[in-house]
Amino acid sequence: MQPRRLTPRPAHVYLFGTCLVDLFVPQAGVDAVRLLEREGLVVHFPPAQSCCGQPAYTSGNPDEARAVARAQLALFEHDWPIVVPSGSCAGMMREHWPKLFDDEPATQARARAVGERVHELAQFLVEVLHVDYSQADASPVTVGLHTSCSARREMGTRAHGVALLAALPGVSLETHANESECCGFGGVFSLKHADISGAMVRDKVAALEGVAPCFVTADCGCLLNITHAAQHRQRALAGEHIATFIMRRLEAGA
Amino acid sequence: MSTHPVEFVSPTQFRARVDEALHDGGLRENFRSAMQFLRDKRASQFPDADEMEGLRDVGEAVRKHALAHLPALLEKLEAQLRARGVHVHWAETPDEACAIVHGIATAAGARRVIKGKSMVSEEVELNHFLEARGIECLESDMGEYIVQLAGERPSHIVMPAIHKTRRDIAELFAEKIPDSTYTEDVDALIRTGRNVLRDRFMQADIGVSGVNFAVAETGTLWLVENEGNGRLTTTVPDIHIAMMGIEKVVDTLEHAIPLASLLPRSATGQATTTYFNLITGPRRDGEQDGPREMHVVLLDNGRTQAYADEQLRATLQCIRCGACMNHCPVYARVGGHAYGTTYPGPIGQILSPHLLGLEASRDLPTASSLCGACAEVCPVRIPIPDLLIRLRNEANRQPDDGAAQRLIGQGASFSVGQRLVWRFWSGIYASPARYRLLRWAATRLRVFTPRAQLGWTQHRTPLRPARRSLHDLMRERRQAK
Repeated sequence: MQPRRLTPRPAHVYLFGTCLVDLFVPQAGVDAVRLLEREGLVVHFPPAQSCCGQPAYTSGNPDEARAVARAQLALFEHDWPIVVPSGSCAGMMREHWPKLFDDEPATQARARAVGERVHELAQFLVEVLHVDYSQADASPVTVGLHTSCSARREMGTRAHGVALLAALPGVSLETHANESECCGFGGVFSLKHADISGAMVRDKVAALEGVAPCFVTADCGCLLNITHAAQHRQRALAGEHIATFIMRRLEAGA
Repeated sequence: MSTHPVEFVSPTQFRARVDEALHDGGLRENFRSAMQFLRDKRASQFPDADEMEGLRDVGEAVRKHALAHLPALLEKLEAQLRARGVHVHWAETPDEACAIVHGIATAAGARRVIKGKSMVSEEVELNHFLEARGIECLESDMGEYIVQLAGERPSHIVMPAIHKTRRDIAELFAEKIPDSTYTEDVDALIRTGRNVLRDRFMQADIGVSGVNFAVAETGTLWLVENEGNGRLTTTVPDIHIAMMGIEKVVDTLEHAIPLASLLPRSATGQATTTYFNLITGPRRDGEQDGPREMHVVLLDNGRTQAYADEQLRATLQCIRCGACMNHCPVYARVGGHAYGTTYPGPIGQILSPHLLGLEASRDLPTASSLCGACAEVCPVRIPIPDLLIRLRNEANRQPDDGAAQRLIGQGASFSVGQRLVWRFWSGIYASPARYRLLRWAATRLRVFTPRAQLGWTQHRTPLRPARRSLHDLMRERRQAK
């Protein structure tokens, strides 16, 4: 039998909070830090961080995306994993940062090296930290799970969200209709093609609402899109970042 | 159901048509359930993920190989076709392609054309061109026939009449087909249509078909279909004209095999089509049937523009299965006609800018959330989201930025205002000091956040920054320790 290769458990990690978490859902960032600290890790939050550059990159403004990405590249001096509480930002950093520097081999090598260290939070908790949440609150609750498209397709992390919910006693996950379908956010797409995006998020709200009164997600773009659309339609559907949801269950179980 | 005439539309009306489509509840329901059906059918054809991924690798490699050797393979194809007595014609533009077909018809004194399914003939608007010159064209694929009878254009590249309900078709047939009685029975409707078509195959002077794969090695045209109309179109009339885009060439028969497996499984979720035709030359001496004269029209129409660019060339890998549109959340909601292009959905969004220029098609590359569902199912692994981003870059390019003119219409979406907004944005997010100031202002002055936030608040409540940013909270945690 081949010995199983385990990703080494680091002592230190960086947290890249992302711009949406920073300004709109900061609690998700704090809860991500607490989940990592609970596993005995020292979490470093480089104060000069801002955004991965995705808004400019996906809207066809590569120069501006490059400038913002470049400013982040210098922040991760040590060889520690970089944990990101958002699938699409993690995907941007890992898959797309190197593409921005095709004309600058040295920077591209740096972007690739940094990108390889990027982990989406749920994936990191499951695959690297092998978290044990058996002591969390066991009161029964049913939730939906929305996985962002980038998380699903670029980072392959749907399974990790499912695994985290399965690790929480009392939590049952209900799969909603057209589960893999996009919620319609897409960054600037939600502004430029507001009506198509609106039709998509309306269907997502209805599908999630059909299975549970609340849902969790590991992506703040999707979270804001779905919860604000539900509010707009005066629906009772509530959404929460998966880090906050887990932290709440852990605290209630303590 | 919208009865809007959809002939000769343009992608410049994309926004208006989207608006119309989104307000048409029936249309939305039709498309969504039809797409769900097709997604399930496709999934059932690929039960083994490893087999699927392996076959997609082969499909991609075969198409990349063909494109890497495109000029040589086209020459080889032409030589092989000519050696088998096929006339080969090259058309740079839609008008040239139509004129070639018209010239063949005129020389033969032809009045009636029967058509198998051909998206290239839709692209060049052949029916319109010939009918304006007194030559009757009749579509023989049932979906195409329905669409033609309704005076519309296909809303899907594989299932042209997918937007029509059974009742729509029942009403259409009762109104347009003489001596037919109203019925909503699908089999009876198809019988009615086939009865009309059957006679017309026998009367036609020319059969026009498309091509799925053109094999350079042997000069063989590979044609798949489910109704037998393709076989009739290509064998009964005295003259057969096959129309194809120049990218449809593959090197060898062996190369076509994996594509022939991927195509029906991805398109309609069939293991194979009911008919597949391998056509190598016209009727030979001593043979009982087949056309006496055969022509192939090879169309460029902007394809060489995509070919010339290393990244955009992947657009031409497409084998026209339509899986990208079947899985696209945007297509499922707005339907095929909204795009105003021959090729709707994700493939149309990356192909149309080459066919029509970025000026006319500039709303197409942005009409995607980049969710990646299309690339996930593409049988030849076209990186559609990456190509959409690239086309957005080209559309936003400053017209006089010194870059070589690579794409027709590049810079069509450039605006000084937009450029300044993004400069301003990157000026903030690339500078820790300016970003600190933004955070301070956004959190402390949060009560002044505008209530109307561009497109966001059309369907959502406004965003409002938190009282304290994550940066603030992390600083407090550090100080508390």
